[in-house]
Amino acid sequence: MLIKRPDDIRSSEITDEAAYLDRRRFLGTAAAAGATLLASAAVPGLLAACDTSAEEARPAGTQEDELTPYDDVTSYNNFYEFGTGKDDPVRQAHTLRTRPWTVVVEGEVHRPQTFDVDDLRRRFPAEERVYRLRCVEAWSMVIPWLGFPLKDLLSAVEPTSQAKYVAFTTLYDPQQMPGQRRSVLPWPYVEGLRLDEAMHPLALLAVGLYGKELPNQNGAPMRLVVPWKYGFKSIKSIVRIRLTREQPPTTWNVSAPHEYGFYANVNPAVDHPRWSQKRERRLGDLFKRPTLPFNGYGEQVAQLYAGMDLARYF
Amino acid sequence: MTRVQFVRWVLKPAVFAASLAPLGVLVRDALTGGLGANPVEEITHRTGLTAITFLTLTLAVTPASQLLGAGWLVRFRRMLGLFAFTYAVLHFLMYVADQTWLAGQGLSLALVAEDVAERPYITVGFSAFLLLVPLAVTSTRGWVRRLGGKRWQRLHQLVYVAAAGAVFHFLWLVKADTRRPALYGGALVLLLGYRLARRRAARRRRTASIPAPAAPEESTASG
Repeated sequence: MLIKRPDDIRSSEITDEAAYLDRRRFLGTAAAAGATLLASAAVPGLLAACDTSAEEARPAGTQEDELTPYDDVTSYNNFYEFGTGKDDPVRQAHTLRTRPWTVVVEGEVHRPQTFDVDDLRRRFPAEERVYRLRCVEAWSMVIPWLGFPLKDLLSAVEPTSQAKYVAFTTLYDPQQMPGQRRSVLPWPYVEGLRLDEAMHPLALLAVGLYGKELPNQNGAPMRLVVPWKYGFKSIKSIVRIRLTREQPPTTWNVSAPHEYGFYANVNPAVDHPRWSQKRERRLGDLFKRPTLPFNGYGEQVAQLYAGMDLARYF
Repeated sequence: MTRVQFVRWVLKPAVFAASLAPLGVLVRDALTGGLGANPVEEITHRTGLTAITFLTLTLAVTPASQLLGAGWLVRFRRMLGLFAFTYAVLHFLMYVADQTWLAGQGLSLALVAEDVAERPYITVGFSAFLLLVPLAVTSTRGWVRRLGGKRWQRLHQLVYVAAAGAVFHFLWLVKADTRRPALYGGALVLLLGYRLARRRAARRRRTASIPAPAAPEESTASG
């Protein structure tokens, strides 16, 4: 029984492969686009503009993906900076001060910069993206994010030809993040992507969900969302983005290398050493459902890993 | 009212009711949507945590009664042990349902067996649970009589193995935050340590009370 899953993303949203491969010109175009956006930065009410209902925004063919209720999305979180219980972040994250907030973008780039998060949001208008989020713990959600493609920001700082990876860092401040007072994980939290993964149009920098500001417990004021990877790759409350030549050390991979790989692509064929990844429970469902390779985004992202042994590079 | 009557008619029912409280809260939360976004996980975690808590309490009864000189405390040991078993059963049933029926697999015991064999932390947890079964079955007065006190006691020492298994099961399943399982592990070490120390002290007392054989040193010295 072979069923071709309908595309989750309208073909109009997908970068044409030729354009994608023609990287140099692409970067130039992106820089020009960035300049245009800068010119229109005066437009206020950024989030209001994106306040389309989730129903309209949902791409065709994903009707089976009902949105996870707002209360579940914002009360069941893994954000160890605020405690290791699922309900710790919603209770404790109010101590996080999300303004003023700057994001340093540095490393192998021609134009390193420190951005104010509000400037970033004016420069890169948020669009709504409904993504599935699959946690490595075998549960999942469907979330209407507001954000902009990571590639837009990366293009704006012009990666050098040496840039191969992107490392992201969460705020480190035990005063604001009580979970950091215990060394459950090596703080600060760091995550990373290969540059081509980071430039993929699905990789999003989210600033909101459900048409609202991102709640603190979900990673305010700005977080990464990489929908084809396990949730822990989607790092929260980002203060630093560094382009590097070498693969950066990432928190869970350092903490338990045999359990959490650098790639961490959703893959039902590779179990976590302690539990199965074949199925997942969508929050709100009683019955589990099969987990899809790349969390169902294989058609968009599988080519990034052509020829790679995904059991080895898990 | 004598103390025996007080324990039987007041304290025991009170402890029984208190022991049912975690189940009551669970049922209430299940009916009022208080189990959060992932109820199956919540039920599994809560019943497991309650089971290991009762197991620890059961093991604390004997040391507490000895240290406090309150022999009547021992009357609660069987009840607490059976509650540990009850919550372990609920924990196990939720796990089985999650692996089979809720995974859309039908009630296939082969699937459970496979998971138990494949995942070490499940293997350990399941073994600990299995060890509790004969203890629950033989917890009655009749079984003490049938087995004879000594043999019964030896059988029930399996509870130490079960408790250690439960702690490892817990320790093994957490992702990074080992504080809670470590707490239960620490309690278990203390409770077992207390018993070992007491047994060693008893043995020393026994050897001390046996008259020492004639000391050979003198004869060697003179010879």
